[in-house]
Amino acid sequence: MTGQRTSRRTFLTSAAALATSVALVARPAISQFGPRVVVVGGGFAGASAARALRRADPRIAVTLVEANQTFTACPFSNGVIAGLRDLTAQQFDYDNVAADGIEVAINAANTVDPATRTVLLGNGQRLAYDRLVLAPGIDLRWDALPGYTEAAAEQMPHAWKAGAQTLLLRRQLEAMEDGGVVVIAAPANPFRCPPGPYERASLIAYYLKTKKPRSKLIVLDAKDAFSKQRLFQNAWAELYPGLIEWVSLSKGGKVTSVEVATKTLVTDFGTHKADVANVIPPQKAARIAEIAGVADRTGWCPIAPVTFESKLQPNIHVLGDATIAGGMPKSAFTANAQAKVCAAAVAKLLRGETPAEPKLINTCYSLVAPDYGINVAGVYRPVNGVLTEIEGSGGVSAADAPRAMRTLEATFANGWFKTITNEVFG
Amino acid sequence: MNATRMSAVVVVVLASIATAFAASEPPAGATSCSGCHPANAGVQSPVPPLAGKTAAEIVAQMQAFRAGQRSATVMDRIAKGFSDAEVQAIAAWYAQQH
Repeated sequence: MTGQRTSRRTFLTSAAALATSVALVARPAISQFGPRVVVVGGGFAGASAARALRRADPRIAVTLVEANQTFTACPFSNGVIAGLRDLTAQQFDYDNVAADGIEVAINAANTVDPATRTVLLGNGQRLAYDRLVLAPGIDLRWDALPGYTEAAAEQMPHAWKAGAQTLLLRRQLEAMEDGGVVVIAAPANPFRCPPGPYERASLIAYYLKTKKPRSKLIVLDAKDAFSKQRLFQNAWAELYPGLIEWVSLSKGGKVTSVEVATKTLVTDFGTHKADVANVIPPQKAARIAEIAGVADRTGWCPIAPVTFESKLQPNIHVLGDATIAGGMPKSAFTANAQAKVCAAAVAKLLRGETPAEPKLINTCYSLVAPDYGINVAGVYRPVNGVLTEIEGSGGVSAADAPRAMRTLEATFANGWFKTITNEVFG
Repeated sequence: MNATRMSAVVVVVLASIATAFAASEPPAGATSCSGCHPANAGVQSPVPPLAGKTAAEIVAQMQAFRAGQRSATVMDRIAKGFSDAEVQAIAAWYAQQH
């Protein structure tokens, strides 16, 4: 510019352009004057996103909207059901999240209006956003399995959202007499935590073997294959011979209705009367996703994999279990990894920059017994707009690994839970 | 200060802010690691923190995992998802974190 005269017109134009493109950057480093991001949902995805946004750019004013004062984590909650740990070990508050300078609004998000970019809370408060991050988790579909209503879940718990349902299933197992029959109904894909029903079967089998050895456990499955199947079935044969019966879809495993009064599960091939029935019903993205217009006809949310921006609504990003995320499973690790990628992308978008192409990892441990762990991992990148597992990477633990490795995997599983909950809530 | 000089100052300031952000930006894949490798002190886990390790150390371990030369619970399969250049970028970034 030196030696050149800048005409008044040129200067005004460039100044206006600067003001438009970098208004966010030029503002003082006080959050209330920065861009506003509202995050709905305080689980592994939402709380991670809120914290990562503040770290990515402290000028972003972040509000985290969450209905519950206390978060109850699903990973490791199968251990609570089996009497191996207390529910309090699953519970976290938002004090440390708030200490990062995030406004934590303990309230329901009732509606989202994409046109005015506002979120209406249960208390009538209206939050304006420049970008919205929805991390609402799942809703159980009460319309998908005849007989299985919210009231029925008080008799035949799903325990697929950790908390009161987790404790209800545990109490039912404790009250069951030795020689009883436990039935788990597992849903078709996709659903939260693909290996979860089988980890649950394993740890309930551990409880039965040690406390009620004459009992039996049946898994009625709406699928012919499941996550870490060979590892689970090898371990069941080794640890719980004759205790667990897995009934696949093609062998009549799909539950088509339930009868609450008699705790009966009906399939096309017959009926199973249970002493304890754990019905894990089909699921969908939580209702606020539908209200915001980011869920498609499947009930889940399509996203662009670099930014996690909804393919259906601009300026709304969706994370975690609610998404259709290509090869990435609905896990806590995935939710946390997506949140950090999304937060970096949102910070860049708010500065008018282009987000870089990401890579994401998933790691998921399952406990077959307290000292017997198995895992699956994957590395993903966007290919033609879909998060795709990188060829030659990922997969499950070696099937022929020695028992010492399974013990080590259980130790790593415990370490993982402490690490991720520390990053998200600690 | 005339208008031209003022706009030049604005540009310089903005450029330096952009550089500051660019320097701290994690490379592809780096932020996933803290799902297992503790980002904060005081977490009880057999998995070591990455921040503060030398880049050479991280690169060497990743190469050993990928080649199957080091026993692993999960890193053998994760390491295979990253190229040499990606591993080097991640290692360099973690070496800068404290």
